[in-house]
Amino acid sequence: MEKMSRVTTALGSSSITGRTMFCHLDAPANAISVCRDAAQVVVAGRNIFKIYALEEEQFVEKLNLRVGRKPSLNFSCADVMWHQMEENLLATAATNGAVVTWNLGKPSRNKQDQLFTEHKRTVNKVCFHPTEAYMLLSGSQDGFMKCFDLRKKESVSTFSGQSESVRDVQFSMKDYFTFAASFENGNVQLWDIRRPDRYERMFTAHTGPVFCCDWHPDDRGWLATGGRDKMVKVWDMTTNRAKEIYCVQTIASVARVKWRPEKKFHLATCSMMVDHNIYVWDIRRPFIPFATFEEHKDVTTGIVWRHQHDPHYLLSGSKDSTLYQHMFKDATRPVDKANPEGLCFGLMGDLAFAVNESLVSSDAGRKPYPGGDRRYPFFSFKKPNPTEQFAHVSSALSVFETDLDSSRMDWFVKTAQLYLLSGKPFTELCDHNATVAQELKRPQVRRVRTKIIIRITGTANLNVSAFSFSMKEMGPESRLERCKGESRPDNVHLEPGNSHISNNNEDNEETEGSDGPTEYMFGDAELDDDDLYPMEHDNQTVPEEPVYTLPPEAFQLRHEIIDNPSAPEHLQQDKADSPHVSGNEAEVACLTPIESFSLISISQPLYSPHLHASFFCPIVREMLSHYAERGDVQMAVSVLIVLGERIRKEIDDLTQEHWYMSYIDLLQRFELWNVSNEVIKLSTCSAITCLNQTSTTLHINCSNCKRPMSNKGWICDRCRQCASACAVCHHVVKGLFVWCQGCSHGGHLEHIMNWLKNNSHCPAGCGHLCEYT
Amino acid sequence: MSEEGIEVPRALASGPSAFIPAKELLIEGLNQDILVESFLSLGQVDHLTMVMALHPSYLSCFLRTQHALFELDGPLPRDWRHYVSVMAAARHHCSYMVQQHSKAFLEAGGDESWLSGIKHAPVKLRSLHTLNKLLAHRPWLITQQHIQELVCAGAEPRWSLAELIHAVILMAHTHSLCSFVWGCGLNPEPDHIGGYAFHPPSPSHIPRSPHSPAHEDGRPELVDGAVEVEVLMKRMVELQQQQEEECTQEEMVTRFERQRSESIPTAVVRGAPPELVLCLVEEPEFRYEDFAPRGEQSPSTMRAQDYSWEDHGFSLVQRLLPDMGQFLDEEFQVVSNLTYNRMAMHEDVDTYTLRKALWNYIHCLYGIRYDDYDYGSVNVLLERSLKVFVKTMACHPEQTTARIYHAFWRHFRHSEKVHANLIVMEARLQAALLYTLRSITAYIK
Repeated sequence: MEKMSRVTTALGSSSITGRTMFCHLDAPANAISVCRDAAQVVVAGRNIFKIYALEEEQFVEKLNLRVGRKPSLNFSCADVMWHQMEENLLATAATNGAVVTWNLGKPSRNKQDQLFTEHKRTVNKVCFHPTEAYMLLSGSQDGFMKCFDLRKKESVSTFSGQSESVRDVQFSMKDYFTFAASFENGNVQLWDIRRPDRYERMFTAHTGPVFCCDWHPDDRGWLATGGRDKMVKVWDMTTNRAKEIYCVQTIASVARVKWRPEKKFHLATCSMMVDHNIYVWDIRRPFIPFATFEEHKDVTTGIVWRHQHDPHYLLSGSKDSTLYQHMFKDATRPVDKANPEGLCFGLMGDLAFAVNESLVSSDAGRKPYPGGDRRYPFFSFKKPNPTEQFAHVSSALSVFETDLDSSRMDWFVKTAQLYLLSGKPFTELCDHNATVAQELKRPQVRRVRTKIIIRITGTANLNVSAFSFSMKEMGPESRLERCKGESRPDNVHLEPGNSHISNNNEDNEETEGSDGPTEYMFGDAELDDDDLYPMEHDNQTVPEEPVYTLPPEAFQLRHEIIDNPSAPEHLQQDKADSPHVSGNEAEVACLTPIESFSLISISQPLYSPHLHASFFCPIVREMLSHYAERGDVQMAVSVLIVLGERIRKEIDDLTQEHWYMSYIDLLQRFELWNVSNEVIKLSTCSAITCLNQTSTTLHINCSNCKRPMSNKGWICDRCRQCASACAVCHHVVKGLFVWCQGCSHGGHLEHIMNWLKNNSHCPAGCGHLCEYT
Repeated sequence: MSEEGIEVPRALASGPSAFIPAKELLIEGLNQDILVESFLSLGQVDHLTMVMALHPSYLSCFLRTQHALFELDGPLPRDWRHYVSVMAAARHHCSYMVQQHSKAFLEAGGDESWLSGIKHAPVKLRSLHTLNKLLAHRPWLITQQHIQELVCAGAEPRWSLAELIHAVILMAHTHSLCSFVWGCGLNPEPDHIGGYAFHPPSPSHIPRSPHSPAHEDGRPELVDGAVEVEVLMKRMVELQQQQEEECTQEEMVTRFERQRSESIPTAVVRGAPPELVLCLVEEPEFRYEDFAPRGEQSPSTMRAQDYSWEDHGFSLVQRLLPDMGQFLDEEFQVVSNLTYNRMAMHEDVDTYTLRKALWNYIHCLYGIRYDDYDYGSVNVLLERSLKVFVKTMACHPEQTTARIYHAFWRHFRHSEKVHANLIVMEARLQAALLYTLRSITAYIK
């Protein structure tokens, strides 16, 4: 400790200065090390071994230790270390298994001091004792660690890890006798230097090799390890069992880890593959690096803090043959670019929304939803130390749960199944579909739809029907999409104190405040709609409109009867739906109904019995686009199909194709294969109809000879038999044929189903255990 | 059926391998479980599995890798995977592997016409040709450019990195497996061409595969065989105890160079490969070639410390093809640790040095050099006949003959020779992968 304090004063008297700078080396570096006074750095690699002086503006080459015309493999260094007490003493680990010490005080050109060739394989690491002048430790690929006394010609003790490959050895900074060793099999061992017979303690730290470890310079018990499994872990060694206290997940295998001086929770890492950056992590915030140095063009192989009490200078060597001095103030701070808000859907339609707490401070005024808007406090900690450089961060996480009872996509499945798209006159189709909508209690939908009927039937008597679909139910989705879109640009620029935030904040406050009312507005508006346009009801109820054809009248009358009671129902449903709506979304939510009404209000006055049908085409088109944009492609596509030629030319093919694709995709998600096939069949886009031709090949085996049937039809060309005979009744199957993929036998669907009710074996008697699912 | 006038084919081979008597393969009890398991999961036990079952611990992890490579989810479609393997096997004229994978290719729904010639396959698959060729014979020539041609933005047809790495592993895996197939003299499966015949066995003709050993029973030169083992044992012990002698880098380099350029006569050139195989190969004349003699712009050796499987290769594979790295890693580890602590008639022998020498010798043939290995010991431990076998098998597998197989380690068990085969195969796989992965790393940098 006394020595430590002396160093500190030394730093105080001549504080380090410099800037971010680099120099080219002649060859890739494998490791670097600094001397105690932070004035010189040694770079070692396969073909390089040099000492550079760190000057104010540049690196200056001081000494080339690689001498001789044909340097031996002893110069091919895997690791290097400068003694922290003796200014003239260095040690290197050679790839051929030699451990070499160098004395800079030697007068001759060759500074090589001692050579130990006791290891059989590559030496991965050398480490001087932090306070003892003559004690050197080495760890090798052969699984042994050796302790050398530099006054003797050979090692004083050998430690056997009982496994292949020691990757790192480190003397503890505080415990005089302890050192840690990390292994290729994922273990870390603790040894007492006086007891070479067995380790004090061993634990598995990583899956796969542990490439590096580092003792905390101040805290006695902390050991950081980094491994091929891309993790950095911090272990508390003071307890009986090594306890993992922090874990940082990086994006590539961790080659080196070094604690940052004077910062208790900071450590620097670099990676062995793919990723060339150096990261400084605050281990308490493991999800985002505290700072990043992005200068290197190839993997960084060595990092070292320039002075053991100065956290602002980091030196690094790399395979790209450069040596860098990084200034901490020049580092990139990824946190500044990070997105402070997160939004994610759960499997069941739940929505989680995390945001900086300051942005949701107006939360208090928010009305709790009946469905249960749950707020989970995410994480929030007080700054332990006012000098910490990063901003206080805390986030609020809200989870909005979907009410499972009202599983909101049911209507989609039902309507998809029940809607008739072809096969009947248009009027009937229209009526049928109206009834469906009605049954599913979506009055608004029905209303919009009936209006279209009125309009179009009224004008041209074309018997054209249209569909109407609830935009309400689709609402949450489209709203959320919007919400995402909106928040993104904000996020990019979001910085504490930035004006963006305050805007955002205000918005939020507004919407929070209007949240509850919005819901009711939605409902009210519905009612208003009815009130505002009595004409529409008149049209439906009063049969004396000359243009009316009788059948639709009848239906519509019936609808009207149920219409009024269904309005409050709608309102209720809105409430039930309200858990979806929250925060930012609310503001969009209140827009939704208004837009739709404006559409209605435009269309309504246009209603006139004397206008030509084509006059309405733009309106219908607009309406369809509106629905499609809102996410209700079901509406758009169904109307498209039923209206067929009448509307098709109004909308460009690409848009149509896009709608079809989206709708088919949705249908297939809901496993509505039949419906999607029907849609494909009925579609008028060539790009869509050809979907039916793809992957229609069925690979079948002949049920007699079990070989693949290569030709078309049901006659096997190998055994010349008809392969489609029913295994139960032995007649040729026409129509639905089901067969076992295991034994290729099958037959009439019904026969097989009946057979397998009572039997588990194949009806053909082949002994196969068939399974019908 | 024969009464109905249908000719019944008759299996020709007398066992899984032409080199190893069938009774040696199937008597042991400990490999039963794994064979039963593989039969249940694959529906057949092919000759390859039977021979590998001599080393059950390896076989189980080999089957896992094979399953992951061909069956589990991956970037390439199933039929493509088998076709890539067919292309790879054809490079080594290995009709056994070609037919195995052709069968699987058709089962996976592949287009039969592709098998009639590589020109029928899609351009994208054919664009693998160069890589396939180099990977099979001279992986040290693979450079960043080769990768770039397939992967870069303008490439047409373009490979994604994940697809490419999948294909590379498939090819390297198949190439090394071809070495094993040839090295163990596997007989064709009964349903392969050459594996059955319609004519009844003639009394004079004892069913025996084409290259069965000439001197099966009468081994005249066995007298000194036992002595050989003794000598080898003694050398191994000596090497282990020997203190590291001081020797210059130059000397070490010389030893390495001597090993890799040593002229090992590879066997006589065989007759032309069957048409079945030939139509799937482009540039069949491209073969393994020794490194240029020293001094003449020889390709630079690869230092094992600069790019190793453990540190670099694994991470890259794992990143691009999750889990595959793990499977391969396991395979390499099992092979490098596989030992029964016995040698020929001796028990309790540490065979580490011998295994290491074998492994490093293969890597040396492929130009990979370990700084911390003294290549002098290769000469001490590997007798010439063994080197002939190993080099033939690794570099010209199609030229392996029963004579070469029987010439080395005459006193050793067959299972030990198969063990040697496994080491060669895995070392070769790793060497080929390392070169390719290094190029890919250089490309994505």
